[in-house]
Amino acid sequence: MYRYDLTDKTLVKERVAQFRDQTRRYLDGSLSEDEFRGLRLRNGLYIQRHAPMLRVAIPYGLLSSIQLRTLAKIARRYDRGYGHFTTRQNIQYNWPKLNEVPDILAELAEVEMHAIQTSGNCIRNITSDHLAGVTANELEDPRPWCEIIRQWSTFHPEFTYLPRKFKIAVTGAPQDRAASLVHDVGVHIVRGPTGDIGFEILAGGGLGRTPIIGQVVRAFLPREHLLTYLTAILRIYNLEGRRDNLTKARIKILVRSMGIEEFTRRVEAEWELLRGAGPRVEDTEVARMRGFFTPPAYLARPDTQPDAHRETAFRAWYRYNTAPHKVPGYRAVYVSLKKPGSPPGDATDAQMDLVADLADRYSFGEARVTHTQNLLLADVEQHKTYELWQALQAADLATPNIGTLTDMICCPGLDFCSLANAGSIDVAKLINERFDDYDYIYDLGEIDVKMSGCMNACGHHHVGNIGILGVDKGGEEWYQITIGGAAGADASLGSVIGPSVAKMQVPETIARILDVYVQRRRPEERFLDTVRRLGVKPFKERVYAALLAA
Amino acid sequence: MPRCLLRNGQLVADEWLYLAEAAAQDLAVTANAPLIVPFSQWQSEPDSLRVRGGRLGVLLSPSDQIEALAPHLARFALVAAQFPGPGEGRGYTQARLLRERWNFTGELRASGYVRRDQLFFMARCGFNSFELPQSELPDAARAFATFTAAYQTCNDAGLPLKLPRDIPANA
Repeated sequence: MYRYDLTDKTLVKERVAQFRDQTRRYLDGSLSEDEFRGLRLRNGLYIQRHAPMLRVAIPYGLLSSIQLRTLAKIARRYDRGYGHFTTRQNIQYNWPKLNEVPDILAELAEVEMHAIQTSGNCIRNITSDHLAGVTANELEDPRPWCEIIRQWSTFHPEFTYLPRKFKIAVTGAPQDRAASLVHDVGVHIVRGPTGDIGFEILAGGGLGRTPIIGQVVRAFLPREHLLTYLTAILRIYNLEGRRDNLTKARIKILVRSMGIEEFTRRVEAEWELLRGAGPRVEDTEVARMRGFFTPPAYLARPDTQPDAHRETAFRAWYRYNTAPHKVPGYRAVYVSLKKPGSPPGDATDAQMDLVADLADRYSFGEARVTHTQNLLLADVEQHKTYELWQALQAADLATPNIGTLTDMICCPGLDFCSLANAGSIDVAKLINERFDDYDYIYDLGEIDVKMSGCMNACGHHHVGNIGILGVDKGGEEWYQITIGGAAGADASLGSVIGPSVAKMQVPETIARILDVYVQRRRPEERFLDTVRRLGVKPFKERVYAALLAA
Repeated sequence: MPRCLLRNGQLVADEWLYLAEAAAQDLAVTANAPLIVPFSQWQSEPDSLRVRGGRLGVLLSPSDQIEALAPHLARFALVAAQFPGPGEGRGYTQARLLRERWNFTGELRASGYVRRDQLFFMARCGFNSFELPQSELPDAARAFATFTAAYQTCNDAGLPLKLPRDIPANA
């Protein structure tokens, strides 16, 4: 993984000093609430319902065991013993004390971590495929490119006061596991006409109040031009993006109002003017970055399936919670943070410590955060998966539900977030209580449920196969249900099935939707494909056929 | 009392007047005092301003296009970019375009909402003078040393960057 050099170390240390000074000036009254807001947000610090919330960057989701132990220590020492992993591969702490935040940042700096640009109107954490480097069919490992973009975008002097936040995702495989089509910019590693590696560049995707799927700005960009091209996009956005209306300030609104052709023309014209001036990404720099992401010392192992004599629970876990690895004899192992009854994406300090130990023992000392709010041990020897499963199970980290109905993406919701209209964690709990029969869950197959407590869509409900959006109705928590959304390479926005339902009706609503699927699906047809084939109508009719029981 | 500002790292009294200030002080705009005129006014009533003998500066609003200013640039010894509020960010791009695309070498001033926490970034974009509130002035110059390293190469002359680097980087 990437290791800090003197420049990186200097920058994070100086950032800690800067933020310590800003916090001191706020606490002694020389910075107003308003003035401090803009500064603290650029350091991931929100003032939330109960306490500040601190978001710590995990670049493209990659953690060393040392870093993960530090995250555990911070949860224990400065918070209430847990952290929340997010869809953008970061971690959030819900209970830090404002005056201790500079100390937390100092602890992070010690292990080459920070909270720089994790919120505010600037370029955010670069996210990527959690199977980067281990999935068989990727063109190239996207992480060196993520790191190149991370460095370029960190404290970029021109793009620190954008109209709105700006999120970039980079993928290198045909399957899009990073939701790049709903990012402000999506960067796809592709092969050009002459076989060279370069990028397809998309812009204008996003969720929130106005969900839009990103569109192609350039089908093939030679790789040395990546940063000048991003500069051109950011520059047009910085100058032309709306600043008069917060809800219309994202680049997706600019792209939509200009039209993709005009937006592309503007970007290309700007790029022609600046591409000669650099920064050009030289092959030597790419080689240097690739050097940080070389494959670990894999052992020669036979490619075997787990023993048939193992218990059913293990075999179910192996089937759902492990993924194929490009190296024979290895598996990528998901650590499920979706135990029924626990808030999706939450991990306790003890669980983080354990995963760090397991990473050392089974996966070359590295762990990853997935977009779907789980952890991943990417390089596990197949024949050691059984003992790993036992260790995970003992810590409630082996719920065999990855990719199934109960592997829900969920925002913190009304319980923690000052923006939310409605709870999401408690709805996840209701869904888990209703759907606790694994035979049924496995029979349903691949299906993703995504839930947001408000229009800001942190839980990506628009692109859930089943999306659940919390709305406020006369002071009560109601939920609007969508179906048919998808976040992958075939991304689509879900369709609303009808009027919103009360909280207690959400599980029954989902049950009826699933009934229609089970009755109408074709052999091997995924839920998403059935919805796409049938349309919303039959689902809507079933849900609203009889009055939903409260 | 003249306005105090930070120019090239030094606290100085501002010899420039904005057109509105000059009007308020009942000074004839044809006098030879250095005068900063809004770009929109320069465009709409150029004749009265072009005959002045004194030095001229131009005040850009965030939505003014640098391409429109460029043909007139030789006439101005100073360009001031306006920052109406704390979230304003267009001035950073305007500054880089002026310095890097149009080779403007005169005074480039950040005007309006300017605080010490922005100075490092503004300076890297090419600003060399800063109108700060009185209370911020004494400590403000320290802000140029907030960071002594950078990942990007910009207009860094005069900044105490010990570790400037462009990509490619050297460890």
